[in-house]
Amino acid sequence: MRPYQIALKNLIRRPARMFFLTVALAVGLAAVVALVTLSNSMTADIEHTMDQFGANILITPKSNDLALSYGGISLGRVSFDQRELDPSVLERIRTIKNHQNIAAVAPKVLGAVTLQGKELLLVGVDFAAELRMKPWWRLTGTEPSAADDALLGSNAARVLGVKPGDRLTVGDRSFKVAALLQETGSQDDGLLFVPLAAAQAITAKQGKITLIEVAALCSGCPIGEMVDQIAAVLPDAKVSAIKQVVEGRLQTIGQLKRFSLGMGGVIALIGLLVVFITMMGNVNERKVEIGIFRAIGYRTGHVMGIILLEAGLVGLVAGLAGYLLGLGAAAIALPLLAQSDHPHLLLQWQVALAAIAAVGLVSLLAAVYPARRAGRMDPADALRSL
Amino acid sequence: MITTSNVTKNYPSGAGNVAALKGVDLTVETGEFVCIMGQSGSGKSTLLTILGGMCHPSAGSVEVDGAAIYSLNDDGLADFRAGHFGFVFQSFHLVPYLTALENVMLPLAPLKMSALEKQQLASDALTRVGLADCAGRLPSRLSGGEQERVAIARAVVNRPAILFADEPTGNLDSATSDQVMGLFAELHQAGQTIVMVTHNPDNGRYAQRTIRLKDGLLDTPDS
Repeated sequence: MRPYQIALKNLIRRPARMFFLTVALAVGLAAVVALVTLSNSMTADIEHTMDQFGANILITPKSNDLALSYGGISLGRVSFDQRELDPSVLERIRTIKNHQNIAAVAPKVLGAVTLQGKELLLVGVDFAAELRMKPWWRLTGTEPSAADDALLGSNAARVLGVKPGDRLTVGDRSFKVAALLQETGSQDDGLLFVPLAAAQAITAKQGKITLIEVAALCSGCPIGEMVDQIAAVLPDAKVSAIKQVVEGRLQTIGQLKRFSLGMGGVIALIGLLVVFITMMGNVNERKVEIGIFRAIGYRTGHVMGIILLEAGLVGLVAGLAGYLLGLGAAAIALPLLAQSDHPHLLLQWQVALAAIAAVGLVSLLAAVYPARRAGRMDPADALRSL
Repeated sequence: MITTSNVTKNYPSGAGNVAALKGVDLTVETGEFVCIMGQSGSGKSTLLTILGGMCHPSAGSVEVDGAAIYSLNDDGLADFRAGHFGFVFQSFHLVPYLTALENVMLPLAPLKMSALEKQQLASDALTRVGLADCAGRLPSRLSGGEQERVAIARAVVNRPAILFADEPTGNLDSATSDQVMGLFAELHQAGQTIVMVTHNPDNGRYAQRTIRLKDGLLDTPDS
């Protein structure tokens, strides 16, 4: 017989009370765990989605351009000092500290051309990099790979009346339409894509690049820092992050995180009060028993230990049950709230450990006063019959 | 040996203090069996709790084997009770969710000794009170007399210097009372110092000496 065995036996003696106390704590914790797990999982999901977004860093030459557009209606640009990028920048981009986070670098040359009497924007690209960066592109035809292959946006193909396999002549060059781009709803629908070198020749921009799109893997890499790193190696370029949409989503997730933490605080307070009231009732109910312990020589610490152990065990069980319950709830809710089709529930041992420790700590804190009261109980007062 | 000197105890009351003990000088020799008798409210239970180190007197001192027990701090006093005293309570006060054996082992729980050793000592104590067969039973499965004997076994399991008993037969019928008092007599014959509070005059015949309390004072000065 050890004092801890007394605590265990007392818990077993009152299964209903201890069960309901455990359930109350577990449900409270489950709500917090579900919210935290959801927000963490959704953050990871969005980061993953952002990785699939394609370019999230745009590199353009520094210029004194002023965009003349409003509400999606573009009236062109006022350019005071139009420049191009040198191809050497492609190598310099790969030298940044976070270079391992760069998934793809897609240089482009832009130029206006006239085809069948219609003005068209010609885009010279590295097809391999472009297709890797835009996984959402759906092609009708074969993937362009040859030096005379062209890819046509859906609108452009409709206006020009061409289909895969047709040939197009741009300037003094002839291209085979390898594929048509299915409608994307973006500016890509009206463009003509040809290999970079060919576009440079047609637009008389040999050895020049108009802009570079960079796809950076964002899970664990700060886009802002990468932008700064690239800007440092490309002092003549303007480097900007395409992050507004993602930031908006992350802001929402941030709010959810803050809400879950706030709710966690409220639930912790309620849990503290529930444990406190239960343990106070427990101590008052066991006054005679505690009086016996004190009378036969149990120190204050021994009695406190019994009460705290009981509270700690309840907290431990509630923590474990609450964590599993919260995970279950998060698993059910995640598909309804997440951005992607197949979101993954983020299982973090840190969350499990923190959840169980937090409930254990709350239980112990709540039991300190009742335990102290029990430990300092005067045996003569407790044993009224004496 | 217990020696008290001018022990007084006042309890706060609405109008002021109520004096439960008004200066008690008492000596209990080692190996003695002393009965404290008196009417309800005479202060006999208060005196027992003070002698047993459970209630600080308002004034005066209590020495046990030369040690002024109330000069000890709370833990020191608890240790002293654990090492020197055994208690038998009127309502048995067994812990309901522990078996007879576990109840007897309670005073040993905080002590540093092996579980086997504790179990052996508790079994021996139960055997001494004739309840070796009831070790695994919960108090609710024991008769009043058996519960009282378990309480006695619990009180003597740590072989205390002094055994305090408060109305040990208060809840028992006369036949069972005789059995229990016989047990106290046996313990006394084995050398146990016993201080017992009772209002049953029949119990007095088992004691060597009877002290009477009246209105917080010894009716017959201790000699």
